[in-house]
This record gives sequence, structure tokens and C-alpha cells, in this order.
Amino acid sequence: MAIADVKEYCHLTEADVEAIGRELDSIRERVEAARGAEDAAYIRRVIRTQRWMAAAARIGMIVSSPLEPKYRRPILAASSISLGLAKILENMEIGHNVMHGQWDWMNDPEIHSSSWEWDTGQPAEQWKHSHNYIHHQFTNVLGFDNDIGYGVLRMAREQRWHPHYLGQPIYNALLAGLFQWGVALHDLDLEAIRKGKKDPVEMKRQLKQIARKGRNQIFKDYVLYPALSGKQWKSTLKANAAANLMRNVWSYLIIFCGHFPDGALHFTEEELEDETRAEWYLRQILGTANFEGSTLLHIMSGNLGYQIEHHLFPDLVSNHYGEISPEVRALCDKYQIPYTTGPLYKQYGQVLRTIHKLSLPNRFTKDDRPPTGEGVTIEQHERVRHEDTHDRRPELGGWSRSKADARA
Amino acid sequence: MTSDTKPRPGRVSWERLRKGADKLTTPLLPDDYLTLLNPLWSSRELRGRVEEVIPETDDAATLVIRPGWGWRYDHRPGQYVGIGVEIEGKFHWRSYSVSSPPRRSGRNLAITVRAMPEGFLSTHLVNGLEPGTIVRLATPNGDFVLPDPPPARSLFLVGGSGITPVMSMLRTLDRRGTMGDVVLHYSSTTPERMIFRAELEDLHAKHPGLTVHQWFSDEQGIFSLGDLDQTVPDWRERETWACGPAPMLDAVESHWDQAGLEEQLHVERFSLQVGTDGGEGGTITFQNSGRQAEADGATTVLEAGEQAGVGMPYGCRVGICHTCTVTKISGTVRDLRNGDEYDQPNEQVQTCVTVPVGPCTLNI
Repeated sequence: MAIADVKEYCHLTEADVEAIGRELDSIRERVEAARGAEDAAYIRRVIRTQRWMAAAARIGMIVSSPLEPKYRRPILAASSISLGLAKILENMEIGHNVMHGQWDWMNDPEIHSSSWEWDTGQPAEQWKHSHNYIHHQFTNVLGFDNDIGYGVLRMAREQRWHPHYLGQPIYNALLAGLFQWGVALHDLDLEAIRKGKKDPVEMKRQLKQIARKGRNQIFKDYVLYPALSGKQWKSTLKANAAANLMRNVWSYLIIFCGHFPDGALHFTEEELEDETRAEWYLRQILGTANFEGSTLLHIMSGNLGYQIEHHLFPDLVSNHYGEISPEVRALCDKYQIPYTTGPLYKQYGQVLRTIHKLSLPNRFTKDDRPPTGEGVTIEQHERVRHEDTHDRRPELGGWSRSKADARA
Repeated sequence: MTSDTKPRPGRVSWERLRKGADKLTTPLLPDDYLTLLNPLWSSRELRGRVEEVIPETDDAATLVIRPGWGWRYDHRPGQYVGIGVEIEGKFHWRSYSVSSPPRRSGRNLAITVRAMPEGFLSTHLVNGLEPGTIVRLATPNGDFVLPDPPPARSLFLVGGSGITPVMSMLRTLDRRGTMGDVVLHYSSTTPERMIFRAELEDLHAKHPGLTVHQWFSDEQGIFSLGDLDQTVPDWRERETWACGPAPMLDAVESHWDQAGLEEQLHVERFSLQVGTDGGEGGTITFQNSGRQAEADGATTVLEAGEQAGVGMPYGCRVGICHTCTVTKISGTVRDLRNGDEYDQPNEQVQTCVTVPVGPCTLNI
């Protein structure tokens, strides 16, 4: 079974699939050829704006601390919002996209996927493995893609129900509020740890890396800057917490709208077999959902409102996704492939509905999304790590430059 | 506020203060914010600002560059530096000899560039670079250097823009007052195209020990090394430095070989190495792990590295995730997906979808 056997694609011939692949390749080539000084100026402008916003926020909190409350409070609130927005911009439009290699073509060592470290708990190196590789290669494949519920939520009917999922609305709220720490643990693969399948050496190395990064992040926001605010340390601490919360909830919201609205399908391991590049494209379209909104909304969500375009071309510059989106959509219409999109509130509404429904056993609820297949359960699909099925020598570390040293 | 001030006792150095401040800016560096105020206030990457573009001849110019933090003015006379310039959003790198003498108290760095007909970057540097442009720099490098103390008798054989490293040496000798007995044989197509002609005449007037032979090949034809016995009768007793176009250097090398004097000859090939014609595959050197691998035109750089036992980073292996990206220091690789060739030094390449074209070196 391959992707072409999925119901949504049954009407496509092999030649159609290859033709779609070629059309998408040509869109890619065109954008690659068009990249130039304007794009470089764009990302530099976003980075400069983001750094000024962050710097202004930090300085605002410190210099306002000796002022009277009637001046101090508005400055503090503005600073907190500015910091939250700066963190959002850094994580979404800058960090996520730079680490995808979208800006590597500039050959600028300071804006490069190999060296970028972002303002969140997750170390960049682990993110590049769990997200760029696992999630983007195995998008929505049950048992492979950890983004299906992040090992915490039941987001697919194929996941077996357990009474602890009754608390899902609460876990969801917690995940939204603490999202950066949820993401920080992402590459550890909690499920593998639970099953005792995780390599303990690798786990220790990852935990150390997370602890080092997390310590710096917490120290900065909750010790150092409050200390610099003297007697007003409590207000600064609260303002920083608010900024982090704002970033966490927003990034959670955007990311959950990428693959959990009703139109986005799940796949099984069998559908991955002998997958061609064109079939991979199809799976990305069918497993992903967009949302609509203004240019500003798209920038603040790292252009992930064009999640379909992002999944088709994860390393193409994000500021071009909007302009290619009508073409991708027209291509989908031409071949009668679903192209899932809608306003943000509607997309998130569907996510929320799924979260609540799946807190109950399947027999109490109706499915809103096209089924993956008769009687498929996730438990049939023992997680097989790609690296386990491919020859790999132990000295070859893997995803990280530092790993080889750590093991030596 | 300079980066090379020595810390005095009882005083926190600027450098240390800046390093300590990274707890405030983590995961970025303080430099990332300081560059918002002044683009040179960063030692994260070596940078410089073009202060002046001085035309030397119709097709050559000297770029005066003010390096930013982290630059040490301790290049050895004759060395070259890498310079990265952004064109159409992308950084392109080339190496050029430093023509200014090293100076601990210096504030500027000069490189002299001749626009080559086929060299799109050199043309841009000579004609298109505005003062105020921020460029990237790489630390000085190269073995084509003047020893300290200099030899008692020396000979410089120069063709065209090969004068730039030699100029740095001559200026150093001038500044230190150690000129000694120096012969410069300098050939250029025409007097107008001869870079630093006036300055060399001044140097000769100042130092009688410096003899400058000017040779104009448009009138006089290519200088034949057989005539060296007349022009510089004692060339065999001189330590010799030669820099110029590849055919000239080939001739010089074989001439010195025949005389059995190759020990006394230093050569700098500043022209681009011509790639192997259409041939694919090559030897990949993994600089940090000290390994080498032979790869044919169908073996990716990543596979070759893995076979050689190098801890190559990798991810999807199909060019999607960029986990495998490493810096290629030199050489050319070809992208298997579209045939694009990457031939710039210090370029980031995706190892999982590229094959070597000729020898190349990776920073891993």
C-alpha cells in the first residue's frame, strides 16, 4: 500500500501523481531562482525589529522600576507585551524558519541553520532532529510523528483510549501554557522512554543539553532581569512570565492548527512504503491544514498559516509562501485534491472539538475526519526508528555535531 | 572601547564585561544587540566597513577597510585575507593579499584588487563597492611571507596584480628601515596598468638599496627568464619571491628547479585554480577529523564521509531537513538535484545531495 491507495487520491493515476510532483518542483525552482537582495533585506529587517523590541522591553522594565506607579505600570505592561511579541517573532518567523535552512542560501554564517539557537527551552540541535527530520519526513504517520499529540494528548482515534485521557481538556490547557517546555522535551521521545526503548546514553546527553539551555532561559527571565529591577523585581518577574505565557499560548495555537483541523489526515506505515518524492508531496498536502488571515497575522505565525506550502517546501523562504499559495491551491483544484483552509478561529475550533471528543472512548463520539482505514490502531504500528532500519555505524553520531564528542 | 586593550589590574576589561553579559542576552550574544547600534561592534564574525575605495589604475582599486572587533592587526607581510561581500542577498568569498603593512596600532586594512574580465566579484569590488558597506573578513593566512629578520639580499618577481603581497612586504621593510639589498622585477602590460608605480618610484628614491625594474610587456613582449642573467646577474644568490599569473609562475618554478635553487624560491599563486573539466568525483578532506575520502561522481559527500568514519551530521538524506549542512572550506561540489555547482570558499553545503567536483575540504 502506498499513498496513492489513500481514498482521497484513488482517482489519480500514477502519471497524475508524477505530473503534480513536477508542477510543485517547478514552483520550487522558480522561487529559488527569484531569491535575492530583497529577501535578504526582509529577514534582516525582521531580525532587527525583533531585537529592538526585545531590547526595548528589557530596558523599559529596568528604567521604569524607580518611577511612580502611574508611570511605571503602563511602561511595564507595554514592555511585557513587546517582549512577548519579540519572543513570538523570534520563535516563529525567525528561529523556526532559519533552522529549517530557509536562509542558508545567503551564505551568512550568522543567519544559518547550523548555528542558530532560539529563545526557547528546546536546544536547536534536538529541534532540528525531532521537527525538521521526524515531523517533516513522517508527517502525520501514526507511530512515527511525535507531533500527533506530543506524547501527551490523544489526537487520533487510532490511539487506544485510556481513562487518563478523560483529563485531556486539562492537559491541553497545561500544554498551551507550558508549551515551550513541552517542546523542550519533544526530542526525548517520552513514549520511547516509557517503553524502555530509549538509549540511556543518548537520553542523558539530551537531558544535559536541555538542562543547560533551560537553566540559562530561566535564569535570564526569572532571576537576572528581576534582580536588575531592584525593589520592583516582582513586577519584572511577572511581566516576563506574562511574555513567556503569551508566546507559549500563541505558538501552541498556531502549531495545533497545522495538523489537527478536520481536513488533515493521518497515515499508516504501509503508506510510506516505496514512497516517491511526488507521493511525499501528496501526503504533505493531505496531512496539513492552512488558516487565513492578514499579512501581519502570517508574519506573527511564522507564515505557518501557509502550513501546506511550508510542508511542501520546508526550506523555501517563508516570505514567498503567500505568493505561491494560490498556485498550490489551483493545482489541488485541478486534480481534485482537498486543500484544507479556513479562518483561524474555525480551524482552532475543530482542534478543540477533537481534543474534547477524543478524551472519551471512540464509541461515544463520531469521527469528524476521514478515517485512516478500517480497524487501524496505533498499537499495530510499533514505532520503528528510521535509523534502526538503515545501516548506521555507531560512530556516526547522527543529527548532531556534538554527539560524537559526547560519546567518545 | 577597543577589543585589544589589555586589562589593567583592578579593572574589568571590556572584553570580559561583554562576555559576562551574555547571561542577559542568551541564547544570543551581547554582540548581536550591539550591532544594532554599530555593525562593527561584534566579534561573533569578523567584519569590516569599507572606508574608502581608492582607484589605483583603470581596473584596479585599493579597498581601505576598518575591521571590527576581534581583528588582530598581526598579519605577516605577504599574507592574504578572505573577504565576504553580499551581492544579491548572498555572501561571496574571495581571498586577496593584504597590501598594507602590519601595524599593531593600525585601524585600517588595505587590500588591492584588480577587476578580472571573468571575475564577477573582483569587478564588483573595484566598481560597485560603496564606502560604508559592511563586509565579512576571514583571518589572515598564507605562507608567502617575509621572514623576520629579512634576508640580506632578495629578489621579487612580479607580474600584474601579483604586486599586492609584495607591496605589503616592501612597505614593511620601509617602515622598519630594514630594506637592505632588494631587487623588484615588475612586469605589467602598460605603464598605466602598473599598480603602485608612483609609490615604488618614491620608495626607490628613499632607499637606494631598492632597485625596481619595470617591464612593459605590450611594448617589450613577455619577459624571458633567460635574460635574468643580464638584468639581475646575482639572482642565484638571492632569496626570491614570485607572484603573478600562473604561466609566469610555472616558468619561474622550472627555471629555479633547473638551477637547483627551488629552496630559495617562494611562490604565490593568486589566480583561481581551474577546476577539472567536467570530471566528477574527487578527494574530500575532512579538516577537523583529519580524514580523507575518495568519492566518485555518484557518491555524495555525506556517504563518502560516513565511509571514512567521520561523524557526519545527517537527517532526511534527501535534501529536505538541512541537518547535514557543513561548511566547505575550499573546492567545488555539485548538487545532484539540479546540477548547480558550489565553488565558493567557506560555503555551507548540504552534504546529502552533493558530490565533489575535484578535491574539496570540509570543516568537520
